[in-house]
Amino acid sequence: MDHLPTLVDEARDAIHAADSLAALDELRVRYLGKKGEITALLKGLGKLPAEERPAAGERINQAKQSLAQELDEQRQALEKAALEARLAAERLDVTLPGRGQPNGGLHPVTLTLERIEGLFTRIGYDVAVGPEIEDDYHNFEALNIPAHHPARGMADTFYFDASRLLRTHTSPVQVRTMKEGEPPIRIVCPGRVYRSDSDLTHTPMFHQVEGLLVDEDVSFADLKGTIEDFLHAFFERDDLSVRFRPSYFPFTEPSAEVDIQCVMCSGDGCRVCSHSGWLEVMGCGMVHPEVFRHSGIDAERYTGFAFGMGAERLAMLRYGVNDLRLFFDNDLRFLRQFA
Amino acid sequence: MKFSEQWLREWVSPALSTQALADQITMAGLEVDAVEPVAAAFSDVVVAEVVGMGPHPDADKLNVCRVDDGSGETVQVVCGAPNVAAGQKVPFARVGAVLPGDFTIKQAKLRGVESRGMICSASELGLEEETSAGILVLPASAPVGEGFREFMGLDDHAIEVDLTPNRGDCLSLKGLAREVGVLNRLAIEGPELSAVVATHDETFPLRVEDDERCPRYIGRLIKGVDVTAETPVWMVERLRRSGIRSIDPVVDVTNYVMLELGQPLHAFDRANLHGSVVVRLAREGERLVLLDGQAITLDASTLVIADERGPLAIAGVMGGEHSGVSPATRDIFLEAAFFSPLAVAGQARAYGLHTDASHRFERGVDPRLPREATERATALLLAITGGEPGPLVEVANESHLPDGREATLRAARLEQALGKSLPGEEVSDILERLGLGVTVSPQGWNVTVPSWRFDIAIEEDLIEEVARIHGYNRLPVRRPQVRLALRPDHEAHTPLARLRRQMVARGYQEAVTYSFVAPELQQALHPEVVSPVLANPISSDLSVMRASLFPGLVRALQHNLNRQQSRVRLFETGLTFRGELDHLHQTPMLGALVCGPREPEGWNSGREPVDFFDLKGDLESLLSLGEPHAWRFEPGEHPALHPGQCARILHRGEEAGWIGTLHPAVRASLGLKVDALLFEVRLDALTQGRVPAFTPLSRHPEVRRDLAFVVDEGLPVQSLLDTIRAQAGEWLVESHLFDVYQGKGVPAGRKSVALGLTWQHPSRTLNDDEINQLVDAIVAESRQHLGAELRA
Repeated sequence: MDHLPTLVDEARDAIHAADSLAALDELRVRYLGKKGEITALLKGLGKLPAEERPAAGERINQAKQSLAQELDEQRQALEKAALEARLAAERLDVTLPGRGQPNGGLHPVTLTLERIEGLFTRIGYDVAVGPEIEDDYHNFEALNIPAHHPARGMADTFYFDASRLLRTHTSPVQVRTMKEGEPPIRIVCPGRVYRSDSDLTHTPMFHQVEGLLVDEDVSFADLKGTIEDFLHAFFERDDLSVRFRPSYFPFTEPSAEVDIQCVMCSGDGCRVCSHSGWLEVMGCGMVHPEVFRHSGIDAERYTGFAFGMGAERLAMLRYGVNDLRLFFDNDLRFLRQFA
Repeated sequence: MKFSEQWLREWVSPALSTQALADQITMAGLEVDAVEPVAAAFSDVVVAEVVGMGPHPDADKLNVCRVDDGSGETVQVVCGAPNVAAGQKVPFARVGAVLPGDFTIKQAKLRGVESRGMICSASELGLEEETSAGILVLPASAPVGEGFREFMGLDDHAIEVDLTPNRGDCLSLKGLAREVGVLNRLAIEGPELSAVVATHDETFPLRVEDDERCPRYIGRLIKGVDVTAETPVWMVERLRRSGIRSIDPVVDVTNYVMLELGQPLHAFDRANLHGSVVVRLAREGERLVLLDGQAITLDASTLVIADERGPLAIAGVMGGEHSGVSPATRDIFLEAAFFSPLAVAGQARAYGLHTDASHRFERGVDPRLPREATERATALLLAITGGEPGPLVEVANESHLPDGREATLRAARLEQALGKSLPGEEVSDILERLGLGVTVSPQGWNVTVPSWRFDIAIEEDLIEEVARIHGYNRLPVRRPQVRLALRPDHEAHTPLARLRRQMVARGYQEAVTYSFVAPELQQALHPEVVSPVLANPISSDLSVMRASLFPGLVRALQHNLNRQQSRVRLFETGLTFRGELDHLHQTPMLGALVCGPREPEGWNSGREPVDFFDLKGDLESLLSLGEPHAWRFEPGEHPALHPGQCARILHRGEEAGWIGTLHPAVRASLGLKVDALLFEVRLDALTQGRVPAFTPLSRHPEVRRDLAFVVDEGLPVQSLLDTIRAQAGEWLVESHLFDVYQGKGVPAGRKSVALGLTWQHPSRTLNDDEINQLVDAIVAESRQHLGAELRA
């Protein structure tokens, strides 16, 4: 009993010196276990005179509690240290890049076509497509471009034989759609078109989006409103100046070319707009009655407008691409810029 | 059409700057492509006279000239031009003058002789592109001392308009002036035209056999012309400013009148005409050597001018070499005609020609012009070449002339079309200014169309003219009114955009390649496929329509490999073309190509190359968007693909595409040093999806059994899976392959295939007996049909 303080000091030192949970557990057994030294003291209380027992019991219990607490604290300290050591060992360089397949990307022409389709389908246009190997009738004849019409010289056509060709515009889809359906018709026709032309500013294949709206009482004013809205939305600039210039397409009348204020120089004049301040971006007009006639639509009752634009041209302006031919090289260093 | 602004302003001169005039023309629908000064900048060049000339003492080819430049003293100049002569008026650059190219004239000694200035050639003044053979000789009337720029009117602009095919009426100064006059409400003034008085009565016999194609033909014999006469400088200059080179006075005059009035003319050498001149259709196989030296064989749809020996010219297109005017020509037969546009249309192109004449006749030349133009050309010719004009002979059939056409414009229609009501007076005024004969009716306007406007026939033509002159940009802007109607939307359809984005998510860049490819490449990849071939390709590399997306993707791969891009993942969507033209399939496909490491080079990824199963996994991710269970892969053979690494892709049992490794032999033939893998699938199959259908969740436990079979190594695992599924009963909810193994423990030539099968009943717990029976059936069937042994 007299050696209790010594025992407690000894146990305390041992606990503090313990460097593992296992060692700590041994100490707990040694002092506080069923056969532990402190436990033995408690068991020995019965040998004391009755009047000493309470005081002695209290001292032993205090020592027991105190050691139990020390054991617990030391255990927590060891656990904490162990966790810290593990965490330190598991430290990652979180600045290293992640693993796996990086995203690819869509072609800028697709981005542009989808953007145009989106703007129109959201206000009620449908998307229509058609064949790329066309016949003379749908590509020319039905669009009021009979054989030997000088307008055939406007687009150099790729032919397979006397009557089969690669479509020079997406306008044949207009005719096909009008033949199959009836007004009101609202469509946009995106797709590949082909012209036998190849130089700095022409590729033998490019993409067009054609738009067509046919209904009762459609006017040139509706056409102007639609085109202006579209260009403002496409370039996300409501202050973009748009002008309509009389022009000629055999399948529309009146016909117009549409110019926008140059988006590169804001109309001040630069290389892109040939210092004119204006950029020609699309053609449009009111559907020619001859086209209605070929398509089986009553030109007295219905009127309509059509418009067409080159997707590459719009993509170049929108994304600042300066060379048309890049679109078809499929150089990954180019394509990745649009991901 | 390119023209001199000064020339135009002689006809009509609105108070507008050059740029404002160009803008006005553009906004009227005659798009100005370019406005350029007609001469480069130069200074201190004056009209001078060579008053004396003597040989240079020390140089054979040089002359020492004395020049009067109007300064009061004669100036000594050494000149090397072969054509310099005393008495000539010449452009003279004084000392201090700066010529085009920043070339300053200094006082100099040439072989010891003092020279103070330079007598200039046209090219030295930037008036001719090719180096001139000698100095420019000015007319004797040129006033000595006057600035050369002023004398020549060089402070002028050449304006180039890109005319649309409907505006053939503007292919002349007269036509352009008419348009400018309309826009500015100004009258136009042309050159004075009067009939030339014949000085003899000789004519040449003339006959028009086809007066539908040629309703008017006019000819005149002019005798005793001197074709060696010099075309006056002013005419050469005007031609030059329109981009036409001076040839000889006869050609120059016909070109000049064509530019001025719009009427193409032609002159024959009388000495080479035999019998009579006949306008007729060519006889099949007739031959003609054209002015440009080209020999052609005519066909029976071509209108020709002929004499009794044969064709002399293709009507409205080009004259023949033999009958043309030469320096030796004495008498000429000058002709001007109205050919119907349809008679000329397509003819030039059929012979690979395009001439100023055919360009105009195809678009329509004012049928009233031939007489006017002939008189004008005769007068100009006589002034230059001299000669004796004969009477003008005309053959015409008025009933075939497209004159006096009528059209109607309804006020209500005009308002509807433009979305705006224009005052009636304004409409009448616009129509009248355009030269139409206008009668106001209760409904609107009845008009007669002027002879030069071939593009006005129907009401819409009139609406366009009114809108154009009123100004498109003054017309109202509104938005179309539509009824909001929902349209069908097919949930079981996977949109193309969704498929594209899946490919992007799997790391693919979208490519867009040409739809026409090199035949050699196509042949290497698809030796057995017929695809349409272009009759007029832009190059042989782009001459056959692609039979699949493979050629374009392979080309794109080559492009990138050649640019150090070794990891390539590309996809494309678009049409492929197979079959003869009459049985053509234009099929939309989605294709992809991979090459190089599986992952980008990184700090913890290896450099293992992609393999078949990487690509197949990407494809399966696409298939899973639609109907994953409708697809199957079976071993197949494709000429472009490795025979052991190639699968035919089936959708609902029908071939829908191919996947595989590029065949090593094909690869080698294309010069590719690395493996590439490709697939291509029909888009219509890929876009077929499904509307999700719910199955109740079972509350009862799943039972799983793992089975390992040993089968022949050549047995497609798919067969085993099919057999197992067929025997596993309706409660099989999942089966998956978790191991395929060959090696230790498995006999040579065999492989071990391990599967996990999971059963679950919707409404009760399955007992072991049931499962054991199913497993027994699976094992028995697999052994019997596939030689599969359960692995111990």
